[in-house]
Amino acid sequence: MKKRHRNLLLIAVVVVALGAIAALVLNAFRSNLVFFFTPTQVVKGEAPRERTFRVGGLVEKGSLSREADGVTAHFRVTDTAQTIPVTYKGLLPDLFKEGKGVVAEGRLSGNGEFVADQVLAKHDENYMPPEAASALEQAQKAQKTLVSPEGKQ
Amino acid sequence: MIPELGNFALIVALLMALTQSILPLAGAARNIPSWMSVARPAARAQSLFVAIAFACLAYSFLSNDFSVINVTQHSYSRLPAVYRFTATWGSHEGSLLLWTLILGLWTFAVTLFSRHLPDDMVARVIGVMGLVSCGLLLFMLLTSNPFLRMPMAPDGSDLNPLLQDPGMVIHPPILYMGYVGFSVAFAFALAALISGKLDASWARWSRPWTTAAWSFLTLGIMMGSWWAYYELGWGGWWFWDPTENASLMPWLVGTALIHSLAVTEKRGSFKAWTVLLAIAAFSLSLLGTFLVRSGVLSSVHSFASDPARGLFILAFLAVVIGGSLLLFAFRANQVGLGGRFALVSRESFLMANNILLLTACGSVLLGTLYPLFIDALGLGKISVGPPYFNSVFVPLVLPLLFLVGVGPLARWKQASVPDLVSRLKWGFAASVVVALLLPFTMGAWKPMVAVGYLSALWIVVGVAINVQSRLRSGAGWSANFYGMNLAHLGVAVTVIGITMVSAYESERNVRMIVGDTITLQGYTFRFNGVKHIDGPNYTAERGALEVTRNGNPVTILYPEKRTYLASGMPFSDSAINYGFTRDLYTALGEPLDGGAWSVRLFHKPFVVWIWIGAVLMALGGVLAISDRRYRAALRKQGRAVA
Repeated sequence: MKKRHRNLLLIAVVVVALGAIAALVLNAFRSNLVFFFTPTQVVKGEAPRERTFRVGGLVEKGSLSREADGVTAHFRVTDTAQTIPVTYKGLLPDLFKEGKGVVAEGRLSGNGEFVADQVLAKHDENYMPPEAASALEQAQKAQKTLVSPEGKQ
Repeated sequence: MIPELGNFALIVALLMALTQSILPLAGAARNIPSWMSVARPAARAQSLFVAIAFACLAYSFLSNDFSVINVTQHSYSRLPAVYRFTATWGSHEGSLLLWTLILGLWTFAVTLFSRHLPDDMVARVIGVMGLVSCGLLLFMLLTSNPFLRMPMAPDGSDLNPLLQDPGMVIHPPILYMGYVGFSVAFAFALAALISGKLDASWARWSRPWTTAAWSFLTLGIMMGSWWAYYELGWGGWWFWDPTENASLMPWLVGTALIHSLAVTEKRGSFKAWTVLLAIAAFSLSLLGTFLVRSGVLSSVHSFASDPARGLFILAFLAVVIGGSLLLFAFRANQVGLGGRFALVSRESFLMANNILLLTACGSVLLGTLYPLFIDALGLGKISVGPPYFNSVFVPLVLPLLFLVGVGPLARWKQASVPDLVSRLKWGFAASVVVALLLPFTMGAWKPMVAVGYLSALWIVVGVAINVQSRLRSGAGWSANFYGMNLAHLGVAVTVIGITMVSAYESERNVRMIVGDTITLQGYTFRFNGVKHIDGPNYTAERGALEVTRNGNPVTILYPEKRTYLASGMPFSDSAINYGFTRDLYTALGEPLDGGAWSVRLFHKPFVVWIWIGAVLMALGGVLAISDRRYRAALRKQGRAVA
């Protein structure tokens, strides 16, 4: 093999390898992005049916109950405008509390219940998960726009 | 008084850092020896004053000076003294000071171990490090001063319970030793670009520093992973959390860098590439520090809530990364290409290694930053979780592991494929057979386990053949050679740990009342109830789980559910029985009605291998640094002086 051919071959190998790697990364990236939806969006049916997504808001006061096995929990997540029921089997994080912010990752089941395989409540008591905060903000904005035509605050 | 002293020390340190960078750099450019000779004393003075500032802050924490905002926010009068000390770097401001202190330590080390280098090189390296110090000190003084005062508060609001752990005493300093250590490699790279002298001796000077930083970073990441495992109560050892990714990215590039430095030193190739990697490793270290410490990860809005801080960080990153890349663009063509090599050679294998490592780093960067960009642009909130990283990492790492086995056996310049095949074929066959059989010992045969075993055994075979042929050839001791092989063995050990724990771990979340038993993988856990205990700054319910195997007692585990007094924060403290082939992991959930508790139980086979492997890698690095040839020049010069 001539030197020039060898160099060309080397370049070809590198280009093909990089292309394959890029395809792999981008494909994995596209199929594994997890989107965030507010309870209002979920109730409106904007959330996907066959895909994992995140929902966030406040844990509605008085909504937490446990099944007899002690580890299957039911609670409702609210953005103050809408609520959706959530089921989670497992130990809830230390900072999970009624009235506090929460983010759950999972899928919608057939009966409209959100089956979470992960519940996140962050490391700090006063810290609101950013997704939960934005859900509340959006719900408040929506309510304000409904009210403002009458000139009320 | 003491905080003011600390503040004053920071200002003096900034002046020293300015002297340390401007005079030596200008002196080296104009060839004025007296200006260059300022480098060492100015650098030492700078690190001394940063150390004084750090001591002042530590003193404020230890003496409970609640007139310092930083102390009030991150400490508490009933916090044990050792955690009051670690709280010094528990905040954004304090961690920046620790960063600057460690940069001072590395600079100090450079002033000590650079006698064999030409004066202009020393002046430039120390000068560049001084510029980095200037940036950090300015950042601290302008936007993140740890010594700010307020009217005396009655008491502090306590350190985050997660950080109240012995591991947190040494984890951040070790991790920062790694991050900041790359500043030396960075400074060497810039010095070489400025001077235009980029040769094998440059690579030889830069190598031990880079390897040292890499070893610290390896150890730091290992400790972080272990801490997350026992402290977060979820039993995971890697979460692909942005804070973890921030430390993994410089590690991946740093690993590429130590390999490409080997080529530059031995063969004179990859020069420009090596310089670029050194710039990238340090830039990612800076990016990682700021990502983790500025609060931008928890919310991009926290960035906006303190615009001065965010702006400074962006400007600083732009100056460091942009400036060094600009310099690179102007000077890279003078660097030269170096020796040629064939399609199959040690060089080409190392090039493949570099490409794979950088791609891995790129994919982590994409997954970590993309959600931040989308959020900052107001396009909605998304997250990129472990499924993405796992599905990208496994296919990238498998060929890399293959290269770890075969690469060190290939000759420089041109390797013969038939020769490699004949040396490795029996080892490969044996690895395949053993890898296919071993999973049966765990009860269930799984293809990924066989693949994991094959990769690990393949590396072990490669190391064994390499060591054997060196012994047979009669070549003497080489710390560099054995260090490399030790580190590669460490990779194999970590791979086995990851494979086994991913494939065979089992978890149970159950409700237990006193006397209940649960059997998991042959271990029986009996719940003996909880007892109330009082800690120094918390109260806790402590559960007792008696573990037996076939009726023989194994251990009693005491997981706790704590409530911290100052913050009211609840916190689950897990209890673990460590073992060479399995860990038993327990954590308390919540009290349920009827005196029952929810309890989490894990059986984690071979999980400690992950961290043992990482320690072997770091030790391999330390061994390699001790190689004689890094000190050869030093001795030669010593003789010349004598």
